[in-house]
Amino acid sequence: MRRFLSLALLCFLLLGMTLTAQAQSTDAASSSTNDAAALELLEALDVESYAAKGEAITAILQSDDERARDWLQALLDGRLQRTEDGRFVLVLENRGRDWPVADVLTGEALGEMSRRDLERIGINNNLRNQLRSAIAVVDLYSPNVERRRTSAERLLGEVDGELVPTLDDLIEQEEDEQVRYRLTQAVAIYRAEAGEMAGIEALDGSLHPRSRVALSRAANSDDPVVANAAAASLAGIEQQLKINRGLETLYFGLSLGSVLVLAAIGLAITFGVMGVINMAHGELMMLGAYTTWAMQQLLPGQPGLALILSIPAGFMVAALAGVAIERGVIQFLKGRPLETLLATFGISLILQQLVRTVISPLNRTVITPEWMSGSLVVNDALSLTLNRMYVLGFALVVFAGLMLIMRRTRLGLEVRAVTQNRAMARSMGIRATRVDIMTFALGSGVAGLAGVALSQLTNVGPNLGQNYIIDSFMVVVFGGVGNLWGTLVAGLSLGVINQVLEPWAGAVLAKIIVLVFIILFIQKRPRGLFPQKGRAAEG
Amino acid sequence: MSLTTESSTNFWLTRPFSERSTQIFLGVLLAALALVTLLHVAVPPDNPLHVGAYTVNLFGKYLSYALLAVAVDLVWGYLGILSLGHGAFFAIGGYAMGMYLMRQIGDRGTYGHPVLPDFMVFLNWDSLPWFWHGFDMAWFAFAMVLLAPGLLALVFGFLAFRSRVTGVYLSIITQALTFALMLAFFRNEMGFGGNNGLTDFREIVGFDLRSDATRLGLFLVTGVALALGYILCRAIVTSKLGRVSVATRDAEARTRFLGYRVERFQLFVFVVSAMLAGLAGALYVPQVGIINPSEFSPIFSIEIVLWVALGGRATLYGAVIGAILVNYAKTIFTGVMPDAWLFALGAMFVLVTVFLPKGVAGLFRYLKRRKRDDSANPDHKHTPEEASA
Repeated sequence: MRRFLSLALLCFLLLGMTLTAQAQSTDAASSSTNDAAALELLEALDVESYAAKGEAITAILQSDDERARDWLQALLDGRLQRTEDGRFVLVLENRGRDWPVADVLTGEALGEMSRRDLERIGINNNLRNQLRSAIAVVDLYSPNVERRRTSAERLLGEVDGELVPTLDDLIEQEEDEQVRYRLTQAVAIYRAEAGEMAGIEALDGSLHPRSRVALSRAANSDDPVVANAAAASLAGIEQQLKINRGLETLYFGLSLGSVLVLAAIGLAITFGVMGVINMAHGELMMLGAYTTWAMQQLLPGQPGLALILSIPAGFMVAALAGVAIERGVIQFLKGRPLETLLATFGISLILQQLVRTVISPLNRTVITPEWMSGSLVVNDALSLTLNRMYVLGFALVVFAGLMLIMRRTRLGLEVRAVTQNRAMARSMGIRATRVDIMTFALGSGVAGLAGVALSQLTNVGPNLGQNYIIDSFMVVVFGGVGNLWGTLVAGLSLGVINQVLEPWAGAVLAKIIVLVFIILFIQKRPRGLFPQKGRAAEG
Repeated sequence: MSLTTESSTNFWLTRPFSERSTQIFLGVLLAALALVTLLHVAVPPDNPLHVGAYTVNLFGKYLSYALLAVAVDLVWGYLGILSLGHGAFFAIGGYAMGMYLMRQIGDRGTYGHPVLPDFMVFLNWDSLPWFWHGFDMAWFAFAMVLLAPGLLALVFGFLAFRSRVTGVYLSIITQALTFALMLAFFRNEMGFGGNNGLTDFREIVGFDLRSDATRLGLFLVTGVALALGYILCRAIVTSKLGRVSVATRDAEARTRFLGYRVERFQLFVFVVSAMLAGLAGALYVPQVGIINPSEFSPIFSIEIVLWVALGGRATLYGAVIGAILVNYAKTIFTGVMPDAWLFALGAMFVLVTVFLPKGVAGLFRYLKRRKRDDSANPDHKHTPEEASA
């Protein structure tokens, strides 16, 4: 019973992790100003005095009405007009005699109107300039921080001389750190391109690609002082970028490594403990991935909940399949590891074809829940995708859970005893057959968990397992059979090595190099990085 | 190596002919070759007994697979090494032959280039890569068919056996080897035609590959190669070297303690096996008309092992039976119900390992023994299955 408890404990650990991850901020959708207020804003435009009109434009800018941008654009183009009965309309196309118009407030098309029935709201050159800069920065006046951020981001490299004073004012008023930083950068890019030292200084250390463009333009400037300053600044930035690229490679490597660890760790248990080569391990992962897909089909519209439920479900499905394989085939092949390899390979073929026939030979789509998509932006040059981070965390949690089971539970004790000396363990009263079944169930269940995690990263299809089986064997053999730490170190380091080689050699060649490296490594240390010591090693 | 130091040097190659099983095998094989030839040439096409060119071609393909299975049985059955990478040697032999056949096309390719094969012209290469030189000469190409896989096996085996990598570990790294080669050959930059491989062959040593006569000729050549390969393997396993191999298989440490340099025996047998596999690949390619990286896929290599297991390990003739049976079944299944083939193949893997550990050959032996002695108490000690660990 305690064994099942420990398994259940593991499931709960995993469940807990994902639940806390779901904590998220959902910004309530900003409510638009109601139409009465909007009408008031527009009424203020229809006055004689241009000064008053200017104030009205500013009022509209600060209103945070989503339609403000359209209104101002229409006003600039002379398409904001008023009908004889005092309604405001947008002229959609001012050609010919009858113009198609739309309601300003609702955007609803009102058919065509004779241009004689319409009265334009006039502007002068001063207002025209004000409007142009206003439209560029309209969202910067919004009280919504998110909108200000996107708008400021869009301004990078788009600033012209007329905007600078407006932006300088805005920077002073801005409360949000990030928006202020972006605006300062936007202005600095303009200044740097114009060859001003202030701009170059302000851009120092900025990792945005647009800043680099501006600086390299400044570095070609005729003024040697400016050119030198820009070049020095650029060199610093390149250095920073290199570091960031290194970090990114490391992250991708760790992410790939975590997938390898997940795929290999179940194999390490069955291989290490029972000396059994389970070629169907990849297909057990595939079952886990398909469980996720099935869960999402059962709970349409709740991909997150389905994913969380798939963690225990995937574990159980794969574990049951594992028990069936152990009882049905492997127990008859005791002490014949090479034959076990062939038999389990046969099982893997059957499982693959079963999925192809019953479900579909095509890939299935597994939805990534909202809280797992997107990425964590560290700086302009480095952003970490969230799903990979979750998988990395998941792999570590699974690893920790397995470590706990192996070190702290009765099952773990018995497993270790049987691994080291089967005959002696049996004579001490350990039921080796039971341990075999439990180990195989545990190893297979972990394969199922790996499948659930993989469904978030790759396509879920009948070939999913096949793509990972050779890699997982490599990880186990590289790390040293029967050693979980070895598997962790081997998996993560192989992942990182692969990613480091990739930009230099290309994806396929990198993989070949890694394979050849392992083949050579095995020659040097036939028992892996962390070999088992003592009599157990003589198996 | 050790062969030359044998006391029975002048005798070892002819020894197999005195064996009953070899006599039966060669008799059946030669009779089959003669029968197929007769039915193809002498029986008119409208007669139901006529064997068409397509079927002759198919049989030729089976025979090259059978040779490959014999090669795998030599290392698995008599040396205890489960190679999951023999497809690699097969494919390399096939590529060597394919390169020769590509050069034979000459300027008759789609692009009409006098030297470069079509795919190189397509990739805008302006000269032949260094390793393609010499393949326009038949003797060189045919030598490479044996030497290239032999060299790979020599280097790989030297490293592996010297460090005493055995059992499951060896199986896994042979699998990694063929997987790495598959990935490599998929790359266009390698200069072997990428994933399309080499194809569009026209002629071999002056014979048109598309004519029926050439096909029959290739079939017969493959049959003879199988017979010779079989005799060579029998000669090896019945020699003293073969007995040391079997001893290595059953108790490697003990053999080493007796003073034998186990790794040398392993290396020799492994290299011979790789060369036979390469020869099988070279005979296979002109008959199917294409060689591409899929021959390197780990699945194919494991499938070869299944042929041997099904036919009966450590018998050699069992490997031939297994290869022909499984491939015949594959032809039937993929024609009638393609979806069922993988189920059947998977089930074969499971059933053979669980219920038929000695394969079809073991079944023969069992029946024979039951007929012969009534005590019905077969001695299990000398069968390889119990001994392998």
